[in-house]
Amino acid sequence: MMDLSTEYLGMKLKNPLVAGPSPITRDLDNIRALEDAGVGAVVLNSLFEEEIAHGHGAHDHFLDHSTESHAESTSYAPALDYTPVGTEPYLEHLRAVKQAVGIPVFASLNGCTRGGWVEFASELEQAGADGLELNVYQVATDPEVSPADVENNYAEILSAVSKAVRIPVAMKLAPYFSSLPHMAKRLEECGAAGFVLFNRFYQPDIDIDTLEAVPNLSLSAPHEVRLPLRWIAILDPVVKASLAASTAVYTWAEVVKLLMVGADVTQLCATLLRNGAPVVPKLLEGLTAWMEEHEYESVTQLQGCMNHRTTSDPGAFERANYLRALQSYA
Amino acid sequence: MPRQKITIEGNEAAAYVAYQCSDNAAIYPITPSSGMGEWADQWSAEGKPNIWGTVPHVIEMQSEGGAAGAVHGALQTGALATTFTASQGLLLMIPNMYKIAGELTAAVFHVSARAIATHALSIFGDHSDVMAARSTGFAFLAAGSVQEVMDLATVSHAATLKARVPFVHFFDGFRTSHEVLKIEALTQDDLRAMIDNDLVLAHRARAMNPENPVVRGTAQNPDVFFQAREAVNPYYDACPGIVQEMMDRFGKLVGRQYHLFDYVGHPEADRVIIAMGSGAEAVHETVDHLNAGGEKVGLVKVRLYRPFDSERFITALPKSARVVTVLDRTKEPGATGEPLYQDVVTAMMEHHASGGNGFAKLPRVIGGRYGLSSKEFNAAMVKGVFDEMTKDAPKNHFVVGINDDVTNNSIDYAPGFTSEDDDTVRAVFFGLGSDGTVGANKNSIKIIGEETDNYAQGYFVYDSKKAGSVTVSHLRFGKKPIRSSYLIHKASFVACHQAALIEQIDVLDLADPGAIFLLNTHAAADSAFDTLPREVQQQIIDKGIKLYVIDAYKVAGELGLGARINTIMQTCFFAISGVLPRDEAIEKIKAAIQKTYGKKGEAVVKSNFAAVDKALENLHEAAVGGSVTSQRCRAAHVSQDAPEFVRNVTAEMIAGRGDGLPVSSMPADGTFPTGTTKWEKRNIGLDIPVWDPGTCIQCNKCALVCPHAAIRASAFEPASLENAPATFKSIDARGGEYKGLKFTIQVAPEDCTGCSLCVEACPAKNKKEVRLKAINMAPQAPVRDTERENYAFFLDIPELDRTAHKIGSVKGSQFALPLFEYSGACVGCGETPYVKLVSQLFGDRAIIGNATGCSSIYGGNLPTTPWTTNADGRGPTWSNSLFEDNAEFGLGFRLSLDKQNEYARELLEKLSAEIGPDLVRPLLECKPTDEAGIRTQRQFVAQLKERLPKIGAPDAANLMSVADSLLKRSVWIMGGDGWAYDIGYGGLDHVLASGRNVNVLVLDTEVYSNTGGQMSKATPLGAVAKFAAAGKAVQKKDLGMMAVAYGHVYVAQIAMGSSDNQCVKAFVEAESYDGPSLIIAYSHCIAHGINMRKGLSHQKAAVDSGHWPLYRFDPRRTLAGENPMQLDSKPPKLPLRTYMESENRFAMLLKSQPQRAEALVRQAQQAATARYQEYARLAAADGNEQKKDTGAGRQTVGTGA
Repeated sequence: MMDLSTEYLGMKLKNPLVAGPSPITRDLDNIRALEDAGVGAVVLNSLFEEEIAHGHGAHDHFLDHSTESHAESTSYAPALDYTPVGTEPYLEHLRAVKQAVGIPVFASLNGCTRGGWVEFASELEQAGADGLELNVYQVATDPEVSPADVENNYAEILSAVSKAVRIPVAMKLAPYFSSLPHMAKRLEECGAAGFVLFNRFYQPDIDIDTLEAVPNLSLSAPHEVRLPLRWIAILDPVVKASLAASTAVYTWAEVVKLLMVGADVTQLCATLLRNGAPVVPKLLEGLTAWMEEHEYESVTQLQGCMNHRTTSDPGAFERANYLRALQSYA
Repeated sequence: MPRQKITIEGNEAAAYVAYQCSDNAAIYPITPSSGMGEWADQWSAEGKPNIWGTVPHVIEMQSEGGAAGAVHGALQTGALATTFTASQGLLLMIPNMYKIAGELTAAVFHVSARAIATHALSIFGDHSDVMAARSTGFAFLAAGSVQEVMDLATVSHAATLKARVPFVHFFDGFRTSHEVLKIEALTQDDLRAMIDNDLVLAHRARAMNPENPVVRGTAQNPDVFFQAREAVNPYYDACPGIVQEMMDRFGKLVGRQYHLFDYVGHPEADRVIIAMGSGAEAVHETVDHLNAGGEKVGLVKVRLYRPFDSERFITALPKSARVVTVLDRTKEPGATGEPLYQDVVTAMMEHHASGGNGFAKLPRVIGGRYGLSSKEFNAAMVKGVFDEMTKDAPKNHFVVGINDDVTNNSIDYAPGFTSEDDDTVRAVFFGLGSDGTVGANKNSIKIIGEETDNYAQGYFVYDSKKAGSVTVSHLRFGKKPIRSSYLIHKASFVACHQAALIEQIDVLDLADPGAIFLLNTHAAADSAFDTLPREVQQQIIDKGIKLYVIDAYKVAGELGLGARINTIMQTCFFAISGVLPRDEAIEKIKAAIQKTYGKKGEAVVKSNFAAVDKALENLHEAAVGGSVTSQRCRAAHVSQDAPEFVRNVTAEMIAGRGDGLPVSSMPADGTFPTGTTKWEKRNIGLDIPVWDPGTCIQCNKCALVCPHAAIRASAFEPASLENAPATFKSIDARGGEYKGLKFTIQVAPEDCTGCSLCVEACPAKNKKEVRLKAINMAPQAPVRDTERENYAFFLDIPELDRTAHKIGSVKGSQFALPLFEYSGACVGCGETPYVKLVSQLFGDRAIIGNATGCSSIYGGNLPTTPWTTNADGRGPTWSNSLFEDNAEFGLGFRLSLDKQNEYARELLEKLSAEIGPDLVRPLLECKPTDEAGIRTQRQFVAQLKERLPKIGAPDAANLMSVADSLLKRSVWIMGGDGWAYDIGYGGLDHVLASGRNVNVLVLDTEVYSNTGGQMSKATPLGAVAKFAAAGKAVQKKDLGMMAVAYGHVYVAQIAMGSSDNQCVKAFVEAESYDGPSLIIAYSHCIAHGINMRKGLSHQKAAVDSGHWPLYRFDPRRTLAGENPMQLDSKPPKLPLRTYMESENRFAMLLKSQPQRAEALVRQAQQAATARYQEYARLAAADGNEQKKDTGAGRQTVGTGA
């Protein structure tokens, strides 16, 4: 019997396939189907900092907007004692998912400032989250903000959240740090129990007729798996924290590769959006078949066998690879 | 359960008792009573039980007539039913009131008494309405304060059950309905102890019930009607005693003893005032003060006005009285005296005639009027009345509080007199509606009233503009009960929350010597004094005022609070007013913040806590110099170039000195000059649009969408540029029609409100920097002077000849002069661009009937009005009749014009020889269809007017009087959805059915905007509104298709923000149609909970989502064999949900009740899809099929000229 189990954020998962945060995991039925299909854990859709802030702000604005300005209309909305739901639906979703499934359930928070959402982490813990995935999506545009400022922001947010909860916190990172290993070490010291590689920055498009920028969401392409592949290989020997690969996991082959470079789990997003839960057993079957064929006994055995330290060719993950790639093109 | 001390307003107090003692309420919103229905609806929605443990039901009806009918029906079937109303609303209830009383039905109507519209509408308080209903057979019980409202509402509900006489429980609109006062709240147990349950059972037993059937409401003949009418007498005879019995029961229970007539004052008073309502409280306070000074005066407070118990009245009146003055808060022109006066005179004469010997000598009785439309009635005026009574020949039928220099009825008084307690803290706050000043002050009253032993009172004055409205809060706090039912005239604390108001209003006029003055200003403490105008500096020095300053906007900005400076200014008030110890005050503010904002999240609480702390850090006492240092005086309120009436009268109103205007300054019949907004330069736009000619494509969309006609386009001869200011911008005009002309977009810098709709509408983008458009917002202050000069120059450029280009296009229409300008509508209003467009296209020949509502307020609320004239002196003539009758009112215009036209034609024929066939023939045959034809027709009529005086025949004078009716007229009937869909629908339907040539413009905001967001039948499925707190569960009425069903009505559904082209086309087609036309215009509104800057985008989303399909139905096409229905919008491309999520009226349900909201969203989507498909089916049918579907062509069209 092949042992596909893995350890992620201090928890034992039955296999390394984790349903990543996406619209798919917003729906309870989808999550049930994913559990039935065999995923080892699930990360709920992201709750955005703006949703928390806007939930309060919009309601506040609505209540105050233009009130007490005119004798005949001192207000424009019924003065019911509304409790704005704000984050409550997310918490309810989390509770429902926890009740419905037996696999670990992680919540996902997405933001870039130390706003009220940091405090919200403890509410997620109380609602039953087994862990948190923290996605600090910060696009640095201000020349006055130094790289150190950006890094400090990550560290401070993580520290604040880590202090607020007892459950493990995984940090989802962008690939653009000058020294990712240094950053990962620092974040580990701030309490990161794991890293999710990587956050994809959706790049806007522009419309040449309307002269407006337009949001453009495209799912990852299969070749994009190479980015996390490299960096997981480099980080695996550097950090003790768990590593999750989250980009372009489409086939069992990517799962194998990512485990080999050191991933503890692989998150499925694009392929679930495209193919739904039925893709999960296919991936597991493929992984199992490959391991059997190559006489691996367990995922643990496979994990990290080709990381930056264990590989026979460390240069492949370094500058040398660049040279080789250029030369091979000719 | 012990009774709580609470601070609430009169409306809430009345609603509380009514709700607790009722099963059903049927209401219709009308100021100032709307709050009562809203409270009841809120409690019902929250599931709050009444004293029987069940939750009353509240329904909003289509009119007050409907509400009264529903109440009547509910009463007849055994319910304890109530309603809330005022003014015209009460008048609409009168027919049912006769019925309810005639059937001896226990019921209570709660009325916040308000002026009735006569020469003008007024939303403010007096007793005109209740007096108009006094003959209905209802009992009338008057409350004079918020506490009395709660108490006497209870007595009313208790007494009516026993008396079987229905009650109007009334109190003064605004003064009591909106005054916030600390009172002792009655508990449910108190109410249960007052309401005799056996009487409730008896009431139910009289209900219509098929198990025990009766017939009520028969028709009677002369043989018995009279006797039957007299059969009620015993009930009315018993009623006063029953009321007193309930007052006694209440007194024993609660400790406050009332009588039908309560006397207060010296037991041997020689002068006594008779009054009722809040005015009696001011008299009471003055009487106490004067008697303490050794005078012998008194007051009889009339509680039960009907049935008037003469005997008890005489008993209450001290027999020492030498002169009795009866004060009426109403006017009954032509009567021998006002109603209460007449009752008192009758009572005293009957007493005297029947041998009553209580008085040594029958007192002299005089009557006076006071306080109409919430006119100030204060202690000084009361003193004036008592002083008048000392004269040998006091004036009778006098007025007090105004200067009547026409019929000389006014009496004098010394304005400086005061009877207020010296220890009362009196604070006045000047702010803007948008800065949260009123909300903060209501919060302060709650803190002081409910957290300390102090008594507290608050009253709030708003100006009549919806954009940039100024608020003045009057707050009193003290150890003694507060009876001062009037504004503060001597304040110990004055706050000005907006530095700009210093320039416009004499805020320190009210400051007592030694007062504290708190100013929100960017100026630092050491230089703030120097920034003030000379007059203000002088007042500070003369009165020894202490000046404190804070830069609240800077603090708010740092804390991310935007423009909401409420918490900051509130903290400053507590910190320096001394009303509470500073630390205690801060602690209580923070507790209040936690209570108010706790549910909005910790972040909101924290930012407000930070605001408190930061306010204290940034509050400083400012240095005050010993002499005036400023070189600057306040600017005049209007230009010296303004007409005399504007300078002498309007300017006084603008300055807030309207109370001082004499009667002679007022037009006697309510007729005012037009075009006065142009003289009121409000400068409320902090940012205004600036034109970039290099980017402009000359589409004129910016001017089209401007709600305030503050950005304008002109195409003109180059020669006009002679003497142009150096900074005046112009470019060569584009387009064949405009070849050789120059083109300009010009902003009215002092009239622009800074809404940015023009920028949003601008399609042109700067090629080098696409964030910039051809119109960009920039701070007003740096360009104010130059743009003022440019705008003055622009206004002198002649309007482009209307016959020389196509006016009926988006671009062309904006070269036409707007004859509706600078209204007081909201910043970014969605209605006024349509109204302005009508004025541009047809204004010089338009006659407008305007339903009461937003459009009648921004269109006709003094001091200044926006309808104006062109260079020839022509322009729209405008009037507002009522809310409910506007369609009929407008039809009346058409009937009159058509008849006069017919008569003029008859006279033309008759006088043909004398006038000359050369002129008569073209006059009779002239039927203009374009601007050139209209001009020609005007020339013919001008010639006719020249010839007629030379003709001796009497009919020449008659023809002269109707000659203008030969001109083509454009009759417009305008109003909101509350009018068109609800209260005025019956009339609108009839007018459309009449086939007459009228144009109806429905400004559809899908909610009652003017009265504060109540549901109408135009409110969409899923939208939250007052009376639809859980989201409206049924679709909005398809008014357009109901009119289409007639077949002969031109109907268009438009949304300027989606298709301005279709919009302009619809107006031109509708007006040209010789029959009834109906335009339903989507109007984004502040009540939607949207960013008004994005209003046009919301309009577009409404169309793109299928919520608001655009179409035109033109019956003329049927005659041409074409399908009259043209669907102008494409199939929905946006999910309805996306549109709904973008507006808080929908989104708040998605946030608060997600499951219900989701269900309503689904239903709304289905309905929208089906509606579009149905419209598409109609539009796809060929002309013949269309006739079958819609009935088009079945009726003849148009009988108008």
